[in-house]
Amino acid sequence: MSYTKLSRDQIAERVAQDIPDGAYVNLGIGLPTKISNYLPSDKDVFLHSENGLLAFGPPPAKGEEDPELINAGKEFVTLLQGGSYFHHGDSFAMMRGGHLDICVLGAFQVAENGDLANWHTGAPDAIPAVGGAMDLAVGSKKVFVTTDHVTKKGEPKIVAELAYPATGLKCVDRIYTDLCVIDVTPEGMKVIEKVAGLSFEELQAVTGAKLIDATATHA
Amino acid sequence: MIDKSTASLREALSQIKDGSTIMIGGFGTAGQPAELIDGLIELGIKDLIIVNNNAGNGDYGLAKLLKAGAVRKIICSFPRQSDSYVFDEIYRAGKIELELVPQGNLACRIQAAGMGLGPIYTPTGFGTLLAEGKPTLNYEGKDFVLENPIKADFALIKAHQGDRWGNLVYNKSARNFGPIMAMAADVTIAQVSEVVELGALDPEHIITPGIFVQHVVAVGKKQLEQSA
Repeated sequence: MSYTKLSRDQIAERVAQDIPDGAYVNLGIGLPTKISNYLPSDKDVFLHSENGLLAFGPPPAKGEEDPELINAGKEFVTLLQGGSYFHHGDSFAMMRGGHLDICVLGAFQVAENGDLANWHTGAPDAIPAVGGAMDLAVGSKKVFVTTDHVTKKGEPKIVAELAYPATGLKCVDRIYTDLCVIDVTPEGMKVIEKVAGLSFEELQAVTGAKLIDATATHA
Repeated sequence: MIDKSTASLREALSQIKDGSTIMIGGFGTAGQPAELIDGLIELGIKDLIIVNNNAGNGDYGLAKLLKAGAVRKIICSFPRQSDSYVFDEIYRAGKIELELVPQGNLACRIQAAGMGLGPIYTPTGFGTLLAEGKPTLNYEGKDFVLENPIKADFALIKAHQGDRWGNLVYNKSARNFGPIMAMAADVTIAQVSEVVELGALDPEHIITPGIFVQHVVAVGKKQLEQSA
């Protein structure tokens, strides 16, 4: 049987379905940012940005950009009615102090035990940059990861143990890839959804960690 | 009568000596006190240790200070950006020391200094490269890393309005590190768009009380030319 991988937008749309009304959420740079495009307007979801914004909104109209109103990705944004500004101490109290319900991060690798690597390749000539990723990894109530299932070279990104330097240990709760959704649990990695036409064996073959088929109980 | 406001940027900056540790506010270019940084460059102050979230953007502000060769070491969370080519070049040439700090640890280490605390235990970074060699503690089942406060000789920050007692209000996401850096430096110099009369700032809305600020420099409402 053949299958089609999810696009980046389809992954974003899938994550959006799991964000409940009233959630305080931090969306990482890149694919996670796209999730905001798929949040239904009848839900109040409070988007947090590490540089001191709560309840920020879509980009401003052309000509109304304010260089002092930007998000963590340094893109122009707006503030929703009811939104607020605060300094970095308060912002990271929200992140580290367990006040955010969900953060969504990208990943180089996720290990079977929930260890996450997403900040540094460890290559000798790489300039490392960490930003707020380690704070989100330890502080958010739920840590979701979005990622391609394998690298461009076809190597697994979901692995038995990290080969890259860790961002956080045992911190990932759920992984959304272009092939499946995985819950990271004390019993192991449980596949709860996969794309149509992909067998569990095929999925396991492109995954470095041992998977548990839990699709039947989640169907 | 106390008047912390001055029209002379040079006068406010002239007390800064070679080798000083300077906190510079801003997240990217938002909240970066570009006029104060330009003043530092003009004065030719060297051998600085800079604390900032980033390591400069384009050829603007902090990047210009790096390019001038004024910085010995930078303590920051996110040096590598699409437009951080000035830093990238001097870092790869081995001309600057980098202390990389997770952003929340940067914030709470600055806050610890401002609050008069000693080293603090934080969960961020535990078990990672950035915690190597640092003491750890398991408290109520959770792992923590011991991190030292970050204190500075000077903080250069950007606010929206200030008064002659040094009270400050900020503009949107330009606030970022300003309030906590003001608390952690011996001398805080704030550049503002406007100095207002005492009493014009609503006491309920003052974000940084004047006790944390030594100098307020009006630089006018010049808009940032850079894009975010």
